[in-house]
Amino acid sequence: MSKSNGVGKSISVGKSISVKDLNVYYGGFLAVHDVSIDIAPRSVTAFIGPSGCGKSTLLRTLNRMHEVLPGAHVTGEVLVDGDDLYGAGVDPVTVRRQIGMVFQRPNPFPTMSIKENVLAGVRLNNRRISRSAADELVETSLHSANLWNEVKDRLDKPGQGLSGGQQQRLCIARAIAVEPQVLLMDEPCSALDPISTLAVEDLINELKDSYTVVIVTHNMQQAARVSDKTAFFNIAGTGKPGKLIEYAQTATIFNNPAQKSTEDYVSGRFG
Amino acid sequence: MTAAANTLRHPAVRNRLTTRQLPKRAGLYTLIGAFILAAAVQGLTGFNWFGLLAFTCMFYLPAIYLLSLVKENRRRAMDRLIRALVTVAFGLALAPLISTLWTVVSKGLGILNWEFISTTGGAARINPDTLELVSSSGALQAIVGTLQITGLATLFSVPIGLLAAIYLVEYAQPAFWLRRTVNFLVDVMTGIPSIVAGLFAFSLFTLLLGPKAFSGLSAAVALSVLMIPTVVRACEEMLRLVPADLREASYALGVTKYVTIVRIVIPTAIAGIATGVTLAIARVIGETAPIFMAASFTDSFNANPLSGPMQTLPVMAYTGYKFPGQDIDLSNNQAWGAALLLVLLVIVLNLVARIIAMIFAPKTSR
Repeated sequence: MSKSNGVGKSISVGKSISVKDLNVYYGGFLAVHDVSIDIAPRSVTAFIGPSGCGKSTLLRTLNRMHEVLPGAHVTGEVLVDGDDLYGAGVDPVTVRRQIGMVFQRPNPFPTMSIKENVLAGVRLNNRRISRSAADELVETSLHSANLWNEVKDRLDKPGQGLSGGQQQRLCIARAIAVEPQVLLMDEPCSALDPISTLAVEDLINELKDSYTVVIVTHNMQQAARVSDKTAFFNIAGTGKPGKLIEYAQTATIFNNPAQKSTEDYVSGRFG
Repeated sequence: MTAAANTLRHPAVRNRLTTRQLPKRAGLYTLIGAFILAAAVQGLTGFNWFGLLAFTCMFYLPAIYLLSLVKENRRRAMDRLIRALVTVAFGLALAPLISTLWTVVSKGLGILNWEFISTTGGAARINPDTLELVSSSGALQAIVGTLQITGLATLFSVPIGLLAAIYLVEYAQPAFWLRRTVNFLVDVMTGIPSIVAGLFAFSLFTLLLGPKAFSGLSAAVALSVLMIPTVVRACEEMLRLVPADLREASYALGVTKYVTIVRIVIPTAIAGIATGVTLAIARVIGETAPIFMAASFTDSFNANPLSGPMQTLPVMAYTGYKFPGQDIDLSNNQAWGAALLLVLLVIVLNLVARIIAMIFAPKTSR
C-alpha cells in the first residue's frame, strides 16, 4: 500500500466495522432502530439524513462515546475486525484508543499549546515518549492534518489562538496522533468556511489510505465528494426512532437510489 | 459616493433625522450650577459635606429634567433623569464602603508600625527591672493566630470542597438521591449563621476533650464548617463551566475518566477555582463570633493550634473595644490597628486571587 500521506511509519491499517441489529436507547427512548451495516477497511463512509435521524448517535456508538450521556445503552453487536465492542468485559477506554473521533465543533484543549494538543492522547495515556520521538510525532501528525506549514513556527503557542479551520485540523492531528484504526467524524466541517472545508476534505481523501473513516455530514455535496459508500437515515416523525433506509455506493445513492425517500432527500425534495 | 462623503463632511442640507439637543456640556454646567446653589444654601444653614452633596442632587435632578424637557423631548428628559438617579444610587452604595475604609485607615494607621506587627502585646506587664507597668501595642499573637487558624481551615476545606464538587459535577447522576442530598445540605450550610458553626466546634471539642477546650484547631473546624459550602459551590460552578466538548475530546482519545478530570477539567477550571478558594478564605478570615467562641481570646503568644486560647485579628478588634486593658486608649488603638491589618490582609488575598486567575487563565492569544 502506498504511503503518500506522510504518515511515515504508521502502523495503522484500518479495520472493518460490522454493525448487526443495533438498537440505541436513551433511557427508555429508542433513538436508533435495528441498524445493520458493513463498513470496509480503508474506506470513507458517509452518514446522511435529516436532523434527529440518529446518524450522530449511531456514529457515537461506534466508539462507545454515547455512554458519556447517562442512561444511554445499546442492544446488538458492533464488530471491529470481528471483535464485539459491546462484549462482556470490554473496556470503553481500550475501544476509544483504537477508534478516534473528531467532533462538530473544534475543541482543542485550552490549557495546552499546539504541540501539547497533538501529544495529548499520548501524554494523557501515560505513555512514555522520548523528546525526539515526540517532535517527530507532532510533525507527522500535523503534516497528515495539512497543518504543519501553518503552525510550524508557533508550536508552543496556545491551540485556541488558531482560526476555526486550523483548530479543527489540529483536532484531527490530535486524533490521528494516537494512531487509531478507525476515525469517526461528526460533522467536522459544519463550523468551517469553504476553504477550511476543502482542506479537511482533501485530508479525508488522504487519510483513507491508512484509516477507516466514517463521516456524518449534512452537506450532500461533501458526502458525494469524499465518500465511497453512503448510508441514508431517516425518521418517520418526531419521537420515532431513526432507521437506516439505504446503504450503497455513493454514486448509486446520489444517482440511482432504490428508495423513494432517499431520492427525495438527496434531490432536495424532502418530505 | 463622493457626494455622500461631501454631505457627511458638510451637512449643509438640514438632516431630517436630527432632533433638538441640549448643547454638549449642558449637563456639566447644570451640575456646576446646582453645586454652587447648594454651596450658597449651605452658607446660610451651616456647612457639612453630606448636606452639600444632598442639596446638589436635589437641585440637579429637577433642573436637568426640566431643561431637557423644554429643550429636547420627553424621552431624553427621562433618560437624563434616570441616568442621574442611577449615578446617585451608585454613589450611595459606594459611600459607606469608602467611609468605612477611611475610618479604618485613618484610625489604624497611627498604631501600625513594625513594633505592632512584630511584638506580642495587649495587657500591661510588669517590667522586672523598674517594677513599672508597661504596655505594648503588639499584635503578633493575633497575626500568627489568624494565619494559623485560617490556614488550617483552608487545609481542611479545600480538599473536601473540591472533591465534593468533583463528585457532584463529574460522577453523580442528575437524579441520584445522594447528589440531591449533598446539594440541599450545601445550600443549607451556605446560609448557616457563623455563631452556630462556633457553637458546633466548641461543643464538639468540649465533648471530646472536656471543659475549656479552647484551641486554634477548634476555631479552624468552626471556620471549615463555614468555608466548605462556599468552596463546594465555587468549584462546582467552575467545573460546570468547562465545556463538555473537552471531556468528550479527551475520552475520544482513549483517556480515562480520572486522567480527564485531573489533566483536562481541573487545569481548565483552575483559575476560577483558585479565585473562588481565595475569596472563600477572605470571607472567613474576618469571622469573629465562631473564633471567639472556639478559641477564646488571649494576649499572650500561642503558636500551638492544638491547645490553649488563640488570638486572631477580628477577635482582637472586638476585645480591644469590649474588654479594654488598663490602658483604654491603647486597647482601642490596638483594635483599630487589628482592623486595618485585617483589611490589608483581605486586600492582599483579593489581589492574590486576581494574579492567580491571570496566571492560570487559558491562553487564547495568538
